[in-house]
Amino acid sequence: MTDVLLSVEGLGVQIGGLTAIADMSFTVPAGEVVSLIGPNGAGKTTAFNVITGYMRPTRGRILFEGRPIAGLAPERIAARGLVRSFQRTSVFAGCTVFENALMALHLRGRAGLLDALLPFLRARREEAALHAEAADLLDLTGLADRAGLPAEALAYGEQRRLGIAMAAAAHPRLLLLDEPAAGLNPSETADCIALIRGLKERGMTVLLVEHDMAMVMRLSDRIVVLNQGRIIASGPPAAIRQDPEVIRAYLGAAHAAA
Amino acid sequence: MNALFAWGFVAALAALPLVFPDPYLLAVLTSAGIFIIGAISLNLLLGYTGQLSLGHVAFFGLGAYASALATLGFDIGIGFGWRVVLAPQPVWLGFLAAIVVAGGFGWLLGRLAFRVRGAYFVIITICFAQVLRMVALNWVELTQGPMALISIPPFSLWWPGQGVVPLYRKDQNYWLVLAVAVLAFLLVRQVVRSRIGRALVALRANEPLARSVGIRVTHYLVIAAVLSAGIAGAAGSLFAHYVRIVDPDVFLFIYTVTMVIMVVTGGKGTLWGPVVGGLVFGLMPDLLRGTAPPEAQWIIYGAAMILFVMFLPRGIVPALARRLP
Repeated sequence: MTDVLLSVEGLGVQIGGLTAIADMSFTVPAGEVVSLIGPNGAGKTTAFNVITGYMRPTRGRILFEGRPIAGLAPERIAARGLVRSFQRTSVFAGCTVFENALMALHLRGRAGLLDALLPFLRARREEAALHAEAADLLDLTGLADRAGLPAEALAYGEQRRLGIAMAAAAHPRLLLLDEPAAGLNPSETADCIALIRGLKERGMTVLLVEHDMAMVMRLSDRIVVLNQGRIIASGPPAAIRQDPEVIRAYLGAAHAAA
Repeated sequence: MNALFAWGFVAALAALPLVFPDPYLLAVLTSAGIFIIGAISLNLLLGYTGQLSLGHVAFFGLGAYASALATLGFDIGIGFGWRVVLAPQPVWLGFLAAIVVAGGFGWLLGRLAFRVRGAYFVIITICFAQVLRMVALNWVELTQGPMALISIPPFSLWWPGQGVVPLYRKDQNYWLVLAVAVLAFLLVRQVVRSRIGRALVALRANEPLARSVGIRVTHYLVIAAVLSAGIAGAAGSLFAHYVRIVDPDVFLFIYTVTMVIMVVTGGKGTLWGPVVGGLVFGLMPDLLRGTAPPEAQWIIYGAAMILFVMFLPRGIVPALARRLP
């Protein structure tokens, strides 16, 4: 068995009187792509928000590399090497694509106030390195020729790709992707799959929330199925596809026929 | 704007007293310059972090009082029969005290107020300035209240061969304000062009996303608040030693509004915005005084402001930048 990178233990989340997540436990082994699937309202995005510090859990533990992270601020969790992408707003509007990449590389730099005032000490070298890294990042995503455009001027699929690249920019050990293919056409989805594969090859572990079943089946090493705040199945794609409860709750007759 | 043009502009401003040694003109430009320094500092908060501080004059006033009190000295009781006594200090120490006191309050306000954003932040900053005004009015033993602190010494500089020279003349004060304005501009420029500035803009553009890539919200907002407050405090110190009288009216809301107008009409979030907006709206009242009847002056001022905001909503500098290649 490989090392466990993320482990969610007995997680429960109440929002007002509503139970968003009843009792959730799963692990993400290092180096794998794990997908979290389930119908709308199953608690997938809530799970993401809690794991990345945007919401507080009501109970349960979240361990990242063996250390508890539940309740830490998002920026602290990001600094530990766990970064997410967002379902919708995923770029810094009003800034160019290149500036977006630079901003996403925040954790790769260390320059503080003294460096801002005396850039010749070391900040100039650091800035040059960050610029080079930002250029690499845009090469990786195929957005190099768009570097000077305002980020919001990008096509929707390109914005999504930039969003993923930005989440991956600072080389997190665990990357959480929230519906990266939502609203993409088939060729954009293919680009997106290629991008995620590329990130996995670079040693990143990925936790994915996605509705596009074809994409989930192609990318995942393991799938966790949620329904109404509970895990109803987990295992490799082949097993999930055959699981009767999963088919009834989520995949439905259409998928069984496909 | 390219560097050559910028330094040419500074050189022209520096040469102005030699060409037009008119004391009235220099007095107008010096007061406008002090407010432009305030606007430059406000721009760091309002323009780059997007947080509207409507109590910005608090830092200006704190700087003015800190500098005046440090150079005049004071002797106050703090209860239990204890007294705090400060002998009059040299002006450069007063200037430093202004920066440190204002910056310290910027840190405190940042720590407390950045837990809330938006409208609540605006309200907290307004209250902050009002409370300070009340303190200045009522702590008579320290501030003389409405009787004002008077006989504040003028700024003095050490000059090679002449020792410490007090700056009594208009042109000397003009050059001093110009020099501090250039330093403030360069300080803000260095910061916004650095990794810190990038973090501030990222937080303004999309806070959840900024946090997700590891940008510490409070840390960077507090850095901006401290720098902004410190620069405003320096402007307050210049004001105190130029006007040489400080009363609680330095905390008036209207001065914050003036700085906000300068930043917004010039172009918030641009380096030159507060300078351009500050020149336009800092000089306009005095230009109108010479040309328009008294009852029309503020109407014209207000109308000009509305027209600028309507037709150049992003400010003069961004509009010019789009026209010029």
